Amino acid sequence: MGTGTFTALKEINLNIEAGEFIGLVGPSGSGKTTLLNIMGSLDTPTQGEAKVLGRSVATLSTKESAALRNQSIGFIFQNYNLLPVYTVYENVEFALLLRNMPLEARRKATLEALEWVGLTDKKQSRPAQLSGGECQRVAIARAMVKRPEVVLADEPSANLDAENSHHILQMMSALNRELRTTFVFATHDEKVMQYLHRIIKLQDGQIISDHVVTQNSL
Amino acid sequence: MLLLKTAFKNILGAGKRTWLNVTVLSFTFVLMVAYNGTIDGWKLDARRETRLWETGAGQFWHPDYDRFDVFTLQDAHGLVPPTLQNCIQNGSLTPILVTQGVIYPQGRMQNVLIKGIDPEQDIVQIPTWELRQNTDEITAITGSRTAQSARLQRGDRVMLRWRDKNGAFDAKEILIAHVFETKVPTVDIGQIWMDLTQLRQMTNMPLETTYLIASDRCPIYSDTDGWIHKDLKFLMADLDSMIRGNRVETIIIFSILLAIALLAVFDTQTLSIFRRQREIGTYVALGMTPRRVTHLFTLEGTCFSLLSILVSLVWGTPAMALYAQIGYKMPKMVDDMGVVMGRVLYPVFQPSSIFTSIVIVVGLSALISYLPTRKIAKQNVVEALKGKIV
Repeated sequence: MGTGTFTALKEINLNIEAGEFIGLVGPSGSGKTTLLNIMGSLDTPTQGEAKVLGRSVATLSTKESAALRNQSIGFIFQNYNLLPVYTVYENVEFALLLRNMPLEARRKATLEALEWVGLTDKKQSRPAQLSGGECQRVAIARAMVKRPEVVLADEPSANLDAENSHHILQMMSALNRELRTTFVFATHDEKVMQYLHRIIKLQDGQIISDHVVTQNSL
Repeated sequence: MLLLKTAFKNILGAGKRTWLNVTVLSFTFVLMVAYNGTIDGWKLDARRETRLWETGAGQFWHPDYDRFDVFTLQDAHGLVPPTLQNCIQNGSLTPILVTQGVIYPQGRMQNVLIKGIDPEQDIVQIPTWELRQNTDEITAITGSRTAQSARLQRGDRVMLRWRDKNGAFDAKEILIAHVFETKVPTVDIGQIWMDLTQLRQMTNMPLETTYLIASDRCPIYSDTDGWIHKDLKFLMADLDSMIRGNRVETIIIFSILLAIALLAVFDTQTLSIFRRQREIGTYVALGMTPRRVTHLFTLEGTCFSLLSILVSLVWGTPAMALYAQIGYKMPKMVDDMGVVMGRVLYPVFQPSSIFTSIVIVVGLSALISYLPTRKIAKQNVVEALKGKIV
């Protein structure tokens, strides 16, 4: 950690529509995670304006940005970031607990989310008892259980083998189709790119290309 | 409720680290309760015994009487005013005459206070009925501490010398009619009790009194005709100040014990925040505010103390019940220290005292838990999510 400043992103002009399945692609240090964090209101731009779901990230109070994340944004992390002392069920349920959802509705939504990712039989397991692929599926269920408008996934396949990567990407693609949830990926994994509908390439903090993937190019 | 549930889950999930903290805190808590109980038990017992044996419900002193100045005793007596005399008649006051004397056990010389008391009185528990001996001899009773120091036993005779009203010395052999046991050394050490009428005759001070001991039935609570009313607050001031002094010691001991226990909580909290960066970031990403995460971690630290109290209830209740039955045996040397204390101290566990201990343990652990968690609110969430220490 130095004392100097580092410009992670510059001259970014980007608009993402609801229901898109897009990827921010680029090498390490290109600024894709920073952009994803700004979209998730975990970070704010030092200059310019970033609007998420119509709200300017920089002007949100701590409480408002927490509420925005809780209500509308789901996160999927490279290292899953599951709560280690909780069971699979409790990890997924936790997002709903923060919303003060009634018990019965919570239970139904949690079980449904676990069913989407095929982990109903592992609901009492703890993260330490699961494989990497299963952990990532729990993370997807946790992100999706609250039916967010946007899911932000930071290198979701980085710690997974090819088979598991395809499995979770197919799952997210299906959820995108069924629930019209917007998915934004930060990745440099070729396997992920096969599934994206729009690819935004970043380099040194700048967008160098932004193109919609046609059926032919898949 | 969510935070409390989450906090409990997190600390239970932490395994051995939690149980180590809980054990140390629980041990400290039970020790605090036991120690407080012992002090409370002693305090209650000492006050009760002092009242039963020495002070009664209060006293009326001759204006010249000073219990700490034996040199003024010669003049510290007088006739009891009629108002108080009525109370003597109805048994709600008993007069005591005090004078100086010397006994000569086995040829040794030992200064004593000679106290005259009505053998029929029932205000204090001194066994004055033992003075009613069917004999021409002068009879006296004394406490076991005096008897031991003078090597006297029941039935022994000892030479007593005293001065009468005019300052003339007289001496006679007295019979030790009884040796009594009491927890109150101030009615024992260096004192000989005899029949008031007998002492008045010996000193040529008929109807003279030094002080009066009142019972609960005595309706007078203020200075009367020059006789000064001494309430229990005054009479027990020394005892209370000794107990207060003991409380200070208690606070110091508890501070050390608690500091050790809370240091463990502080360490755990600091380590927790250090190790659980990613978890902190995840909570924020899931929609918690950093302030709420701070509360969660503070609550986790506080939960150690709540859990320790639950654990203490499990093992502490039977342990304290047993302690209350067997008590704490004091060494024999405390008899010579002039402290109102039985051979065995029985603890008294007062709800207010236990509640105070709970408040102290929980309150301090909440504070100690909060201190390291303040850092969370200032953390960079993005770095925390990566598990980086900032």
